Amino acid sequence: MEKDVRQIIIDIITTIAPDADTSNLKDEVPLREQLELDSMDFLDIVLELRKQYGIDVPESDYKQLETLASCVAYLTPKFAAKH
Amino acid sequence: MDRSLLQRIVITGVGLTAPNGNSLTEFRKHLLEGYSRIQRIDMRYMGLVLAGVCAFNANEYQTSKEVRIGTRAGSIGIYCAHKALEDSKLAVEQLDRNRIGTYIGITEHGNVETENEVYEISKFGYDTKFWNHHHNPRTVANNPAGEISINLGITGPHYTIGGACAGGNLGIIQGVQMLRLNEVDIALVGGVSESIHTFGIFAGFKNQGALAEHADPNKASRPFDEARNGIVISEGGCIFVLERLESALKRQAPIYGEIVGYGVNSDADNTVLPNSQRQAECIQLALAKANLKPSDIDIVNTHATSTVLGDRKECEALRQVFTEAPNTHFNNTKSFIGHTMGAAGALELAGNLPSFEDKQVHPTINVEHLDPSCNLNNLVINQPKSLPAVNTILNNSFGMMGINSVVIVRRCDSNSF
Repeated sequence: MEKDVRQIIIDIITTIAPDADTSNLKDEVPLREQLELDSMDFLDIVLELRKQYGIDVPESDYKQLETLASCVAYLTPKFAAKH
Repeated sequence: MDRSLLQRIVITGVGLTAPNGNSLTEFRKHLLEGYSRIQRIDMRYMGLVLAGVCAFNANEYQTSKEVRIGTRAGSIGIYCAHKALEDSKLAVEQLDRNRIGTYIGITEHGNVETENEVYEISKFGYDTKFWNHHHNPRTVANNPAGEISINLGITGPHYTIGGACAGGNLGIIQGVQMLRLNEVDIALVGGVSESIHTFGIFAGFKNQGALAEHADPNKASRPFDEARNGIVISEGGCIFVLERLESALKRQAPIYGEIVGYGVNSDADNTVLPNSQRQAECIQLALAKANLKPSDIDIVNTHATSTVLGDRKECEALRQVFTEAPNTHFNNTKSFIGHTMGAAGALELAGNLPSFEDKQVHPTINVEHLDPSCNLNNLVINQPKSLPAVNTILNNSFGMMGINSVVIVRRCDSNSF
């Protein structure tokens, strides 16, 4: 499941930033240091999670989306709860 | 009228996208060849409708992310602004960006984006937590001009001018005024339209009995023809670089023509129905500002949209003004590209500008049986016409709520200075 969540996040990033190179993302490095993403882009990620998977990320948890690893750790239980 | 070099405003660059061309050269070629490129598109809730669709490459000046976050009108504006600046031999990085103004005419803005969001949340039971946070910057009225400002890093004033289908001319007029007031040194002016992406505009015209239909899409927009049955809605954009004659001469810029007159007035009587008397007065206003007589005008680009009443009313106005103008010729550009709404005034003027050099009047096409009420003297029908010289173009552009606009451009040569 963890690998799936990682890929889900990468797929969403590819949708919202089609020009971004997501082929060599490091899991522990903040996404904003590896890609040209701003706070609006993170809102797009949140909206896509809501639309595509019915997963809500409250504003107080936005910091959990900082790295791929933190996304996986935070979102995996939420995805699991959906199954 | 002050005729000093600082008060004389000239066009030194043209960037455009029309259904049948993505540069002035291509557009002009197709206007002289009779090539239209109207097509059927699938419209949400409505099925197939006729429309003019532009084929420029938005990624030439925007990343895919910028295209996604922005609007179609913004992408059209960005493309046209870049092309106009390149055409004018101006590099933004070498200019004082605080002194560039961006004034863009629009018919409407925001319908497309609002319809899209309502459609999106309809998939989620109309729950507004699925509403996109980009909606507000996409739909503010200044969006198309603002996208140009952000993309090019232009820090001077930017705003749109809402003028229904007169918007394109109004953008030009605003730029002329701001240059004369010395508010800016360069003005990016014209109009854009993304209206083909909103079903509401199509449904509105259809239910008003004013949406064109024809078995052959390229014959649907047919102003002045007896069988005309309405408007073909198109997207498009055109931006001119305007500057003072003084700066154009100093930097030896290419000069397409001088904007010598303009007029704007209002019918003040009906939201939709045109008023030929007010239109005639608007033309007279522009002629007076230009210090020209009707007979001084070589080409009149008519606004006619291919509706029965609208075309007749404009012809009434033209007959009233141009009674003693045996050499004035009339044409129409919507017969090729449909109605590009907020872009129409600027785009149609652009299509005629090359006539100063090639001395051709492009025709109004698709006239098989001329409506006798539209039988203007020297209406150029179906084939281009050569003239000994073309020195002046008068461009009509009228819009809903009874706004009328006219722009007059004169050819520039060494004798003009």
